[in-house]
Amino acid sequence: MAASCWPASGFYREKKRNCSARTAIFDGGMMKNKEGEVANRPDNTAFTQQRLPAWQPMLSAGIVIPGFLVIGLVFIGIGVALFLGSQSIQVLESDYTGLNSNTPCYECSDASKKNCTCSIEFTLTKQFDGPVFLYYGLSNFFQNHRKYGVSRDYYQLSGDTAYFKNPSDSCSPYIYDSGVPIVPCGAAANSMFNDSFRLYQLVGGTKKPVPLDGKGISWWTDYNIVFRNPPLVNGSLAAAFNGTAKPVNWAKPAYELDTSDPSNNGFMNEDFLVWMRRAALPDFRKLYRRITQGDYAAGLPVGNYSLEISYNYPVIGFGGRKKIVLSNVSWMGGKNMFLGVAYLVIGSLCIVMSLVMLIVYAKYKFPEGDS
Amino acid sequence: MLGTPILGQFGPFLFAAPFKLHQVGWCSAILRSLQSARRQGRRYLYTLNTAGLKTTKFGLSLECTVADNCIVTSKYNIITFLPVNLFEQFQEVANTYFLFLLILQLIPQISSLSWFTTIVPLVLVLSITAVKDATDDYFRHKSDNQVNNRQSQVLQNEKWMNVRVGDIIKLENNQFVAADLLLLSSTEPHGLCYIETAELDGETNMKVRQSLSVTSELGDPDKLAQFDGEVVCEPPNNKLDRFSGTLYWRDCKYPLSNQNMLLRGCVLRNTESCYGLVIFAGPDTKLMQNSGCTKFKRTSIDRLMNTLVLWIFGFLVCMGVILAIGNAVWERKAGSLFQNFLPWDPSVNNFLFSAFLSFWSYVIILNTVVPISLYVSVEVIRLGHSYFINWDRKMYCSHSNTAAEVRTTTLNEELGQVEYIFSDKTGTLTQNIMSFNKCSINGHAYGTCTMQKNKDFSSWNPLADGGLCFYDGSLLEAVKTGDLVAHEFFRLLSLCHTVMSEEKTEGALVYKAQSPDEGALVTAARNFGFVFCSRTPGTVTVHELGRPVTYTLLAILDFNNIRKRMSVIVRNPEGRIRLYCKGADTVLFDRLHPCNHELMNITTNHLNEYASDGLRTLALAYRDLTEDEWEEWAELYRGAGRTVDFREDRLAAAYEEIEQDMMLLGATAIEDKLQEGVPETIAILSLANIKIWVLTGDKQETAVNIGYSCKMLTDDMTEIFIINGHTVQGVREELRDAMKEEETQGLGKACSLGNGFSEKPKNPTSPTSLLESISGEFALVISGHSLAHALEADMEYEFVETVSVCKAVICCRVTPLQKALVIELIKRHKKAVTLAIGDGANDVSMIKTAHIGVGISGQEGIQAVLASDYSFAQFRFLQRLLLVHGRWSYLRMCRFLCYFFYKNFAFTMVHFWFGFFCGFSAQTVYDQYFITLYNIVYTSLPVLAMGIFDQDVPEQRSLEYPKLYEPGQLNLLFNKREFFICITQGIYTSVVLFFVPYSVLSHATQSNGIALADYQTFAVTTATALVIVVSVQIALDTGYWTAINHFFVWGSLGSYFTILFVLHSDILFSLFPQQFNFLGSAQNTLKQPVVWLTIALATVICIAPVLAFRFLKVELKPQLSDTVHTGSHRSGYAFAHQEGFGELITSGKNMRLSSLALATFFKEKDSTEMRG
Repeated sequence: MAASCWPASGFYREKKRNCSARTAIFDGGMMKNKEGEVANRPDNTAFTQQRLPAWQPMLSAGIVIPGFLVIGLVFIGIGVALFLGSQSIQVLESDYTGLNSNTPCYECSDASKKNCTCSIEFTLTKQFDGPVFLYYGLSNFFQNHRKYGVSRDYYQLSGDTAYFKNPSDSCSPYIYDSGVPIVPCGAAANSMFNDSFRLYQLVGGTKKPVPLDGKGISWWTDYNIVFRNPPLVNGSLAAAFNGTAKPVNWAKPAYELDTSDPSNNGFMNEDFLVWMRRAALPDFRKLYRRITQGDYAAGLPVGNYSLEISYNYPVIGFGGRKKIVLSNVSWMGGKNMFLGVAYLVIGSLCIVMSLVMLIVYAKYKFPEGDS
Repeated sequence: MLGTPILGQFGPFLFAAPFKLHQVGWCSAILRSLQSARRQGRRYLYTLNTAGLKTTKFGLSLECTVADNCIVTSKYNIITFLPVNLFEQFQEVANTYFLFLLILQLIPQISSLSWFTTIVPLVLVLSITAVKDATDDYFRHKSDNQVNNRQSQVLQNEKWMNVRVGDIIKLENNQFVAADLLLLSSTEPHGLCYIETAELDGETNMKVRQSLSVTSELGDPDKLAQFDGEVVCEPPNNKLDRFSGTLYWRDCKYPLSNQNMLLRGCVLRNTESCYGLVIFAGPDTKLMQNSGCTKFKRTSIDRLMNTLVLWIFGFLVCMGVILAIGNAVWERKAGSLFQNFLPWDPSVNNFLFSAFLSFWSYVIILNTVVPISLYVSVEVIRLGHSYFINWDRKMYCSHSNTAAEVRTTTLNEELGQVEYIFSDKTGTLTQNIMSFNKCSINGHAYGTCTMQKNKDFSSWNPLADGGLCFYDGSLLEAVKTGDLVAHEFFRLLSLCHTVMSEEKTEGALVYKAQSPDEGALVTAARNFGFVFCSRTPGTVTVHELGRPVTYTLLAILDFNNIRKRMSVIVRNPEGRIRLYCKGADTVLFDRLHPCNHELMNITTNHLNEYASDGLRTLALAYRDLTEDEWEEWAELYRGAGRTVDFREDRLAAAYEEIEQDMMLLGATAIEDKLQEGVPETIAILSLANIKIWVLTGDKQETAVNIGYSCKMLTDDMTEIFIINGHTVQGVREELRDAMKEEETQGLGKACSLGNGFSEKPKNPTSPTSLLESISGEFALVISGHSLAHALEADMEYEFVETVSVCKAVICCRVTPLQKALVIELIKRHKKAVTLAIGDGANDVSMIKTAHIGVGISGQEGIQAVLASDYSFAQFRFLQRLLLVHGRWSYLRMCRFLCYFFYKNFAFTMVHFWFGFFCGFSAQTVYDQYFITLYNIVYTSLPVLAMGIFDQDVPEQRSLEYPKLYEPGQLNLLFNKREFFICITQGIYTSVVLFFVPYSVLSHATQSNGIALADYQTFAVTTATALVIVVSVQIALDTGYWTAINHFFVWGSLGSYFTILFVLHSDILFSLFPQQFNFLGSAQNTLKQPVVWLTIALATVICIAPVLAFRFLKVELKPQLSDTVHTGSHRSGYAFAHQEGFGELITSGKNMRLSSLALATFFKEKDSTEMRG
């Protein structure tokens, strides 16, 4: 049985010679083809060989040190401009919450008092350059609270009457007032600021009213695109609001917000628009009026003034504060000391840094005793 | 018998019908009565389970699973794809987490963000993954179909997938074997058939399989149809070279071995046709068992990332808790009083519940610290790096037409951290191309002057093979002049082997040898006029100096690792019987006739010479046998062959009997040439502080010689320890001696500490420890049997201690399992990244065990390649894979992760600060669309481009300065410390990004007097500042600005502004006023100079410190890459110095010199640092 000892055996290890390219098809689907000598050779492109032309920036001293110096100088320059610009802006600010008994509005701060008015008197010893802006400010008022922010219905505010009957759920809990849909619904509208101000110049014992301009105090896009009154019904805005309730806290319905100017009513009331633009932070200011007309177009002249406030808005209950601000602006807006100072500080730090780097660099570039 | 075959109806192969009645499953283990089975007239297969019990594996019990031959590697079909794929994807923790967030967002009380902020990225991520899965599966379907639909002849022409266990299959020449078959009969005499196993183990030579003699007569279909044997066999397993089973037939039992099996994937060659009984089908076949699931490998960065993500979740919860407490306090102190304007939700009527909800709301908002895009981006980057490796022309071998191939795309950055390389020798370091180099015949050495060019043998021998690189005129002369010993020498070489010959065309002989050594020997004999022509089972035909001579082959005394020799017994035409033996000198010299003493001494000298040249040697001898001796021994031999138990042992004893008193003829020396560039590669890799171990099955001398020739070992080494003990005690002693020696050199301790970075993380780059580990040069050589002891639990620590001081370690005579164990040991004790490189089936275990497995393709089949993570054709490509691709991958991945965590912390933490100013109400700072798009549009591409294309130094530099590789090994670029630095930078940025706009905008007005402090302006300002700051930061981080980087960075900024203006446009508002209520914010805000001044201020405050810090770091504590990169910046000293040093390495000169050069370099570097 010679055949039974017909083995396939190997010496050393089971290794063998195979110089040619493998051509095998595998169960696993692995395939190598043999079209020509170099079928599998990868393409010689800059991309595949990672030789793409490239710019290799380096943090060399020649760039970094002068860079810091330039940034520092530029920042200091801007800082000086900002600082001076800010210095020139005049601001007059007064808290009228009336917490202390010696403040003018103390009387009115009692929430039970209705239709209370108080007045703040002040004296300008220096011309207040125009245009002058009148702001009201609130503190500790969380217009930026998430729930406050969503509590409005943009469909309704864009005049879509379908949402007059069924306001959005996001307005909760100010959707219905005893079953009647509230328009405008939601906490944002409901909490609208409703103090009003009148400014008088006291000229020899008489009160000379300073004309306050309420036009154009809201964002152009808000006034022209976002907010729309519903289509008038029989030429009447009031009729368009038929079947709706006013927000709970409001004294008057939306179509009667401004009795003096019929076009400034409903959702197109600019005070309403200003209020509806949420503040980012709990302390905020909103523009109330501009002083741009009549004798005061160039600013408020030296003299005594009285600001008459009709005090309606309760803030003491939640620890809030109200204030009134008179201010003018420069090219970069209102008074903003922080920006100028920050630019100056950062600019100086950059220059200091560039000096430090220069010293370090010099020390390493030319070590003592080294050729 | 069921279903008597109806011949003619289906063609000639109908007999298999009964087999189709039952299939094997592997579930049941109930012993069934053979008799009852027989009564049913059915045939069964029986198997031996692992416990050795005889059990039926199928049978009548229908509950058993059926193994048909259909192979399904695909996972989905069109209908199941969506549900199954989604199910799989949601098994990923990250995806489930985001689904959970999505559900949270649908609860109105909690929802601080719209649902789409989560669902858009989630859907994006899921669909990218799904597309990838679908493509993969499509290709699997294609290959499945191709394989399953191959034709096979069973009952009638059947597709492969319909073949069942128990079927009898007819195979024809050049067909693939469809399943694991028991060979029943063949058209060739004696039931032989030839197969090629290339698909299985990559070996392309032919192998012989033989059927049992009892079944070999079953030549025709009728007889086969009557075949009712039963097979008891082992359960399916993945051992390709082993099969044990027994055939019960006609009340006799016949042992079955691998010799009787045809495995799936083989190809039938040189055989007209054969019949086989299907034993294992489909997934049970050895081929499929071998392709079993590979262990999923993860990189250390992966593991670190997972830890960090967990930490971040912890951080997230902490933030949530802090903000929830804040919410509780606020609601109680302020919120309750503020109810006049903002009443509490009726369902949320107390501050604690509100705090609880606020916690979840903040979890939703802050979840962007771990963006869903992280994992996808990481995968994309790795895929990019994989393509770069595939595309690398410098890793393409034109000789074998193979490009480098990345088989596991998820490991690339680990290539930059390798500390240990475990290399196979044969075929990896060497070419595995054997060339007959020298020989010693009858005490005369030939081939000493190898300078001669290949001479053409064909002038006198038309059958010569031109490929042989050996020529010695005097030897040729000796053969021509009729030196009888020389004739006998070559006659032995032409007779004593197992090579198969194939005459492709007239006169063109092709040898198919199982081992390249044999091929080389037979080819040498061929060129010297002893041309092996053909063989049959009983004869060997040799053209001896042009004259055909046919020898009767009486017996082959086969080779194995214990015998280390093989013999043949032949009868020449004159009737003389002679035994020819070749084998290892140590074994053979013991069995020589005493009269050979003198010749033996001379030959031994020659052998020693050869061995010291790193050649593989064999001694050759013969013995004349008389007819009586032969008859006597043949009886013994037949007796041994017939036994069933201990057959191997008894055969060995019989062989031993006859292989005595032999006459020495001489010795051969075969060279296994080193691959191109091996010494240089090893030198560069060891300069990169990578330790190289060679694990080989070769004997010690050969391994040590190779060690010298590839410059792993040098004569200048302080000490080369050789551990060769056979007992536990002996090995321990030797290890202790080695340790002591190391310590007396005064370096041992310091080195062992400095080597594993995990053990001494505090001072990982300490130049002194590095210096020492370089200057103290030890090497260790350990043999397989000593290694077995050294790997035992009580000694392994000692072993690790000893070897960690050694620069080079060579383990010889190791088994594949030991290779894996050694790697396991280092992985366990060193926490270092290991890489295994090999080319053969015996390297598979170590390739699978190591962190990274590299397969050398092209030489030895594809077993190793299939198991590997990377494959290429030449060992020298390893330096490019590690030092260029690995290094870049690591660098890029680290930079990517640092930036990624930074940008998300900068982005998200702004919400945290804002929480303190909005009543902890989970109000977001940004527009919800910005939150949705930030990670997937505005910031994803620049960082991806950096992660894919960045380069700190050009590729030539990383090869010139192997030390650049070190940060990866020491884990310096991304670790917990670096992570904290990035998130600190991120948090710092978020503070700046919140408080600068806060301070500027709170009372700012526009130049027309309108207040600028509204929420939308604030949101747009912060978001714009953020996008600009992170863009500037990525611009700083990007070291290599290609056009793509420019496009992505500027494109991202551009897309931000474009999308911003679109989202804030009238059109979208008029369609969806509730959703796009930021109308006009972009236009209003971005025309304010104050806003731009704010953004500029924030940018400078965020970036300037980083810039200054980086500049000073480069100045005060430069990394090697900075020095290399900037080059001339620092007096150019290191640069000039390194130039010469690079040349030293490539010149392949002494390693010692180069390491000295390196030491000087470090001293210099050190002293420059000291000056700081």
